[in-house]
Amino acid sequence: MQKSRLGLWLFLTPVLLWLVLLIVLPHLDLLIMSFRGENDLGAPVWTMQNYMNFFTEPIYWLTFVRTALYSIITTAITLVLGLPVAFYIAKLARTRTQGTLTLLLLLPFWVSELVRIYGWMILLRESGVLNHLLVSSGLLSRPVEMLYNDATMIMGLVYTSMLFMVVPLISVMESLDDSLIEAAHDLGASKLVIWRDIIIPHCKPGITSGCIVVFMLALGNYLTPNLMGGKNSLWFTEQIYNQFIASFNWNQGSAFGFLLLLLSSLIIWAGLKISRQKLGEVAS
Amino acid sequence: MIRSLPRSRRYTWGFNLFIGAYFLFLFAPLVVTCVLAFNNSDFPSLPWQGFSLDWFLADGPDRIGIFHDEQNLRAIWTSFQTAFFVSIFCVLVGTCAAFLFEQEEFRFKGALYFLMLAPLVIPGVILGISLLLASNTAGMYVENNFGLDFDLFRPSFWLVVLGQFSFITTFVCLVVSARLRKFDRTLEEAALNLGANRLEVIWHITLKFLQPAIVGAGAVAFLMSFENFNTTLFLVGSEPTLPINLYLQVRDGSTPVINAVSLLLLVGTSILALVNLYFSKEEAD
Repeated sequence: MQKSRLGLWLFLTPVLLWLVLLIVLPHLDLLIMSFRGENDLGAPVWTMQNYMNFFTEPIYWLTFVRTALYSIITTAITLVLGLPVAFYIAKLARTRTQGTLTLLLLLPFWVSELVRIYGWMILLRESGVLNHLLVSSGLLSRPVEMLYNDATMIMGLVYTSMLFMVVPLISVMESLDDSLIEAAHDLGASKLVIWRDIIIPHCKPGITSGCIVVFMLALGNYLTPNLMGGKNSLWFTEQIYNQFIASFNWNQGSAFGFLLLLLSSLIIWAGLKISRQKLGEVAS
Repeated sequence: MIRSLPRSRRYTWGFNLFIGAYFLFLFAPLVVTCVLAFNNSDFPSLPWQGFSLDWFLADGPDRIGIFHDEQNLRAIWTSFQTAFFVSIFCVLVGTCAAFLFEQEEFRFKGALYFLMLAPLVIPGVILGISLLLASNTAGMYVENNFGLDFDLFRPSFWLVVLGQFSFITTFVCLVVSARLRKFDRTLEEAALNLGANRLEVIWHITLKFLQPAIVGAGAVAFLMSFENFNTTLFLVGSEPTLPINLYLQVRDGSTPVINAVSLLLLVGTSILALVNLYFSKEEAD
């Protein structure tokens, strides 16, 4: 008994140090900072002002709502694109090409997100590759700026988070028994019915975990909205960054950070509840 | 419909076309980046001006290739050092966490496991700012109470390492846990019966069994650290990592030297990812 206690503490100590010092305390600090402010004399006080600013200043909460909405749109598009891709790799491709396709799917995602976004920028901008090709082939008379709008930004977000949708989908689809689809087909079910009654219900765990990860990545993304979105397409993480680095108003930034954390936790919690899953199951 | 069922030609063609378009979408930006690294032009754009290795080899004064670009080289080196320390710390603590959650029983285990998963659902930006705040608070406390001034508490190399470590450890723990779950515990019992103590069992038997998963998780941690942007952004001091440095260059207008860096990055990470995949395949067979 004595020995096993020793083992327990040996493992527990580093894990506790990690979680308490780097996860729990910093987030408590974030919460505390968000309720701090200065009174008229410049002395530190407890205040709700940082949260009040958020609700009274339309640009703040509009950006917040926009970020949430666009993240949901991104997640939906990624799901719609990801389903057929995963289905093809898991169920349609020959067994030998399956491995190659999965490998190809993974490769771009090991490269820094910055490089991928940079690639899109040199493809799409006014002096970019696509414009050059379109103009020199006569399809366009003069280059068009394709960057810096909401549609491109959403495409960028879909692109950067694609993998985290496709991989869980492939793994759930591989566990789907082919004979169920064959039986349905023999009994005269149409493709639509097969998708609705067999494939989608079976894939639900994969769909939920994919959607949660993609939503979270989109919501917390800084690079893609910053580099691909236009001047008017503010992302909430940019506002957090501005408060911290540009305005040096850490209390306001903390409040924004906490609101973003609250939003992401709420939506993830709701997603898990609706699909009747637990975080532990989704993660592993 | 599926492999075993007859499919109409239109269905097959339509599907193949879709998949082709998808992979084009996936690779277009990468291919363009790599090709333009060899364009003999001062801007990363078409028209094609001929093949050139200037963006790799040129040594000024008009063009500076990546192999002579001090700033980018220093950023690459910083990223290497960061990723090295992050993967070592993550593997150590992540493996401990895997043992803790798979093999030990204690009170509040469920709650602690839930906390361990939390970094998965905290946006990277939030992790960055909360750590920035906490280290600042700690720094102020130490300074006010002991009159000491530690660089560690300001945005710096080690703060970046800590920030990346705080969430990558969770991934390492999940990978190692998955492997540990497949471990046949009767092997441990046999060793214990033969007179080994718990630590000897872990060292000689369990860790040997876990080795491939640990190496794989270490490689993943290295890559994740190397490409991390969101968390690093808030913690970086005077030594930018490669993604941060590239970001500053892209934002302020770019030369094809970024394409050259991207190409090297692509080749490097692909090789590491492929080696990792090859070894994990071999293990699975």
